[in-house]
Amino acid sequence: METLDVRYWRRALLNVAQAVEEEKERLCQLDGAIGDGDHGTSMARGFRLVAARLASDDSADVGALLRTTGTTLISAVGGVTGIVFGTFFTSAAKAAAGKTETGTAELAEMFAAGLRGVQLRGKAKPGDKSMVDALAPAAEALREAHDGGLTVQEALDLAERAAREGMERTRGMKAAVGRARYQGEKAIGHIDPGAASVAVILAALARTAAEPPSGY
Amino acid sequence: MAMKKLINDPMDAVDELVEGFALANERLVRKHPRVNAVMRCDAPVAGKVAVVIGGGAGHEPLFLEYVGPGMADAAAHGQVFAAPSPDVILAAVRSVSSGNGVMLLYNNYEGDRLNFDMAQDMARAEGIEVDTVLINDEVASAPRGQEAQRRGTTADHVVIKIAGAAAETKAPLDEVLRITRKAVAGARSLGVGLSSCTLPATGKEIFEIADDEMEIGMGLHGEPGVERTKLLTADETMERVLPRILDDLPYGDGDEVILVINGYGGSTRMEMFIVNRKLRKMLAEAGIKVHATEVGEFCTSQEMKGISVTLVKVDDELKRYFDMPCQCPCYVKP
Repeated sequence: METLDVRYWRRALLNVAQAVEEEKERLCQLDGAIGDGDHGTSMARGFRLVAARLASDDSADVGALLRTTGTTLISAVGGVTGIVFGTFFTSAAKAAAGKTETGTAELAEMFAAGLRGVQLRGKAKPGDKSMVDALAPAAEALREAHDGGLTVQEALDLAERAAREGMERTRGMKAAVGRARYQGEKAIGHIDPGAASVAVILAALARTAAEPPSGY
Repeated sequence: MAMKKLINDPMDAVDELVEGFALANERLVRKHPRVNAVMRCDAPVAGKVAVVIGGGAGHEPLFLEYVGPGMADAAAHGQVFAAPSPDVILAAVRSVSSGNGVMLLYNNYEGDRLNFDMAQDMARAEGIEVDTVLINDEVASAPRGQEAQRRGTTADHVVIKIAGAAAETKAPLDEVLRITRKAVAGARSLGVGLSSCTLPATGKEIFEIADDEMEIGMGLHGEPGVERTKLLTADETMERVLPRILDDLPYGDGDEVILVINGYGGSTRMEMFIVNRKLRKMLAEAGIKVHATEVGEFCTSQEMKGISVTLVKVDDELKRYFDMPCQCPCYVKP
């Protein structure tokens, strides 16, 4: 597979929605340890609506699908979760505007743009114990995969692993942003729920790419 | 303790709360047809700055019960303990803007800032004049010198009252902002949490605290406080709470304040009055005059047991606005 087309992206985003629903309890438990415990239900609330909208969305370009995903999350969820994850998708959408397929170059650009958007809005830096700690390594992995001439599948697999490892590293961090920062040292030992959500999203994207084309 | 609430599908709790609230207050407020925002019935009021408040649900009567003449023009509501989305805030702003400027007034939390800032940008892009005042009264949430990091809590009750009155006089936006910022600058709060609370969406307690413990400085969403101790008496507790407030601004001999004793949702009025008795004694000893005392539930945290104390330093101007009439579902001043 050389590129990921619009059919892939619609299928992938629906799979993200399903994965978020399945992981809802775990994400809430992670949040419960260092926040108020609603991250999973917030993500699920948003992605349920995303799935409903994408099911009837016949956009012909990847940017439009990502934009619908992002604006839905921003308008339907609220809190930090809605605006930060929504901003990731609306920012990535700008890099994919008008594109009917995405190769590794586009993937790297989309994630770089998504990361920039998130950091501009949320002000989180790597090491602050936030979703950026999973997203930044994933974006980096996609850039390296493109530079190394890898396939989109290999690129997404590497990004998925980078996100998961980034998520694991948040365990050792104190939080500098979000409600978890009030926990001080007590936040150490717990995975950041936002980083865990990024890992869930990357896993669904990589898994969808591995499905046979007839699967989507 | 397990969650025990009379609700339906937890995912619908906030929608149903706002709908039921609007039905109970039909003569004062109306619900926005699409989003969880409520507006005073006569909005937009010609010639008047519109005051738009908002935040996460679950703190009732904040925020929606503070909408009405002499108070806020609209309240934008999020899910329980989560900020409203820019969409909800922008809908509220559009519904109450009369072309004389809009003041966004809300508590200083990251989620609220992100969402209100985005809504402010969107409203400005539509040509609406909008500015923001953040409430940051909670002294335990960041040390002195880092006031901008502090969370907002029970000062809302007094600040919204003063801001609403200033706007009701049809003062221009600059003036409403100045008066509101003055009220915020003189406001300090500190609370004590005696129990945890549960979120409808998860059914779980948001933090753990033993039956015989209390936590001074506990936040409205279970943010850790500054001191966890065995349960003390009301008088002993206030001896630990009030000095932290007094030393912070600081308040001193000859100052005049509005005193708020706020129940977090699971504490009785009996306890609040017992606390007030001690506070008045301590304030008198410090030479601080109390202009008004407000006792009740103004800013709750679901069924959490606990009480917070707020002082707002007032001068003649702030007293005048505080004493003006208002009528909102949770508070009426004749």
